[in-house]
Amino acid sequence: MQAHQRMLDPTPNGLHSGESPLLQTLGLTKRYGDFLANDSIDIDIWPKEIHALLGENGAGKSTLVKAIYGLIQPSAGEIRWQGERIVLSGPSEARSRGIGMVFQHFSLFDNLTVAENVALGLDGKESFKDMSARLEQVSKTYGLPLDPRREVWQLSVGERQRIEIVRALMQDPKFLILDEPTAVLTPQEADQLFIVLERLKAEGRAILYISHKLEEVKRLCDTATILRGGKKVETCNPRLETAASLARMMVGGEIKEVKAPAGRQTTVPRLVVNDLSLAPSEAHGVRLEHISFELKGGEILGIAGVAGNGQDELFAALSGERLSRDPGTVVIEGIAAGHLSITQRRKLGAAFVPEERLGHGTAPRMRLSENALLTGHAASGMVRRGFIDTAATLKTVDRATETFDVRKAKRDPEAASLSGGNLQKFIVGREILRNPAVLVVSQPTWGVDAGAAAVIRQALLDLATAGAAVLVTSQDLDELAEIADRIAVMFHGRLSAPLATSEATREKLGLLMGGSSLEPKEAAHAVGA
Amino acid sequence: MELVEAIILAVLAASTPLLIAATGELVTERSGVLNLGVEGMMIVGAACGFAGAWLTGSILIGALFGIVAGTLMSLVFALMALGLAVNQVATGLALTILGIGLSGLIGAGFVGERITPAVHLYIPGLTDMPLIGRVLFGEDGFVYFSIALIIGVWWFLYRTRAGLILRACGDNHVSAHALGYPVLRIRTFSVMFGGACAGLAGAYLPLAYTPFFIPGMTAGRGWIALALVVFASWRPGRLVVGAYLFGAVTILQLHAQGWGVGIPSQFMSALPYLATVIVLVLLSRARTGGSTAPAALGTVFVPDR
Repeated sequence: MQAHQRMLDPTPNGLHSGESPLLQTLGLTKRYGDFLANDSIDIDIWPKEIHALLGENGAGKSTLVKAIYGLIQPSAGEIRWQGERIVLSGPSEARSRGIGMVFQHFSLFDNLTVAENVALGLDGKESFKDMSARLEQVSKTYGLPLDPRREVWQLSVGERQRIEIVRALMQDPKFLILDEPTAVLTPQEADQLFIVLERLKAEGRAILYISHKLEEVKRLCDTATILRGGKKVETCNPRLETAASLARMMVGGEIKEVKAPAGRQTTVPRLVVNDLSLAPSEAHGVRLEHISFELKGGEILGIAGVAGNGQDELFAALSGERLSRDPGTVVIEGIAAGHLSITQRRKLGAAFVPEERLGHGTAPRMRLSENALLTGHAASGMVRRGFIDTAATLKTVDRATETFDVRKAKRDPEAASLSGGNLQKFIVGREILRNPAVLVVSQPTWGVDAGAAAVIRQALLDLATAGAAVLVTSQDLDELAEIADRIAVMFHGRLSAPLATSEATREKLGLLMGGSSLEPKEAAHAVGA
Repeated sequence: MELVEAIILAVLAASTPLLIAATGELVTERSGVLNLGVEGMMIVGAACGFAGAWLTGSILIGALFGIVAGTLMSLVFALMALGLAVNQVATGLALTILGIGLSGLIGAGFVGERITPAVHLYIPGLTDMPLIGRVLFGEDGFVYFSIALIIGVWWFLYRTRAGLILRACGDNHVSAHALGYPVLRIRTFSVMFGGACAGLAGAYLPLAYTPFFIPGMTAGRGWIALALVVFASWRPGRLVVGAYLFGAVTILQLHAQGWGVGIPSQFMSALPYLATVIVLVLLSRARTGGSTAPAALGTVFVPDR
């Protein structure tokens, strides 16, 4: 990627003198009750610019782009489009002016076809037939292949994102907003996306790119605006910054570095999976096929893979939410446990942290102490002769709060009242305080701010050092590289052989995530697929 | 021959209110709203429909009274379930209880009165044909209207952009909102359409089926219409099959009881339900995949502004 001469100037206003920005917000403020989601934000976006919007969760990125896309009305301040003040009545007006948006949580309809989904994002001035023809043409032009007749639920995450992008491109937007587009893509899919984005930029369009992957932002973006706590911190040229300096601006301080404690030793196998196959329990589920691995005490095994390739099913099989006919398929602490319930597995020393914080990891409307009881009742002395020991459950809450810096308004609030990062710290803390021999954790830092993520990763490393076996499923390759000793990849319900983390390059993992084998012969044919 | 013709005519008459009410509920549910108040809207439609016809002497005005009454009832539901985001199941059940009470109040003065029922079509020659003549060319206006209605709804849902948007609201209201569609307004219109259909279906009973009003005369037809929508997996074509099948088995078991078949009458009375459930389950087993129910059905939506 070449750095253009003019992009080296960190103050965009200076170099576009004479023209007006394509889109400008002036003092844009959005208030929800007493809470200022956006506090007087100024941002300038110029044509032919890929502008990054950085910030932690809750920094106000989504609020800002929703206001620009007309989904919410700002409380104060104004939006200017090509120098002229506009008040957007809704997304369709934004679209008609040339503002397009690709949502993070796709705004797609699972039971409708690709063509119907695209039609819903357009204004309906052309016939369905003309629209379908144009859809095929646009998807061909930009190298984003799609079959208009398939229903969305049949498609992979990458294909779903293509629908969103093609839908936005069919409106021929001058300005395109992308909300964390690479969060769910393999590295190779992300690279293809960057080619499309570069091309859109060359066509004279502007792009607002929300991401928290800083290396990606440095590589792709010309300008970056950083938000923190609803306020703009800075606008800078990301190519002149380091990932660490960008992170500092986002967090407003140093992030503790995660360090593997010295003296970690691998001991006996504590979690063994032998040829585990399981039919899916839901209509669109994934079949697990012949999964085998061995995890020793003191070791962290990472499982990478694009979401929806069987990670949820594997978690359910390991945790005992789904039972296996053959007890020997899951062995915990040397005891065949494939047929055992969740509680029985917990008694063997296993602990589980699912991906969904609210509704799976915790009961949202129950207090933290009650949520501690929900996983601790079997083996943590919280129940005496059938009665709940309230003092013991509260003590667990206090210990988790203290050890993992859980921030909350009162001693024992409802789970749903905590922010994502704090709730995740509580859930991980709750399980780690039980001193498990085996910890199975899924997406430990998904949607968690950088500070909390560092605390959680450090806790997992410390747990392994204390002798536990830790299995981490994550879509964040950087996270796995940071904490795992070995990394295996899940694809279509199969698990690859684990690679030592030092050998697991992004390229190798990306190939495995796309379903290719690392054998040279097969790799060649699978790249084209 | 005469008997076969009479049975077919009876089947059509018994099926028509089910078909009309279920068509309305199908549209409501396709937009993502579960209105369990069909029975209540129907019975109020029946009372008001009869009142309108008795007061004016016009079946057409009676039918309009029924439609307006059903729509007003559905607006109560829309205000609660959509405007105030109250639980839809509870609201729908309450609406039925309200409707049964209200219809008794409205209809109290009309019990025992009689009207001239809706006229049947008569085309010389065509209507006189044996067997099919009266079935095809000798029905009352409600029957023809119900068939036009279900064809119109099918065309609307699958061939128009507005129908696509309505289905999108039922599949994922968050996405529909994010794309800028007024989810609550669309749902309100769908609920009103459902109410209008339920009111008309109710009015059919005293205006065409029996020419008088008795309290509680819908006799659970609203609940059957609801069940038909589910078992028809929200598809108009299957809805027609289900409604006519239910009507057919209802009439046939009555005749069978009359002929003195040695099967307990309780079992015979249950037969229409059994037969409809079995056939529609078999139909929906042949589906190709994907979710059959509107994914957002019955869930509360509050847009953030």
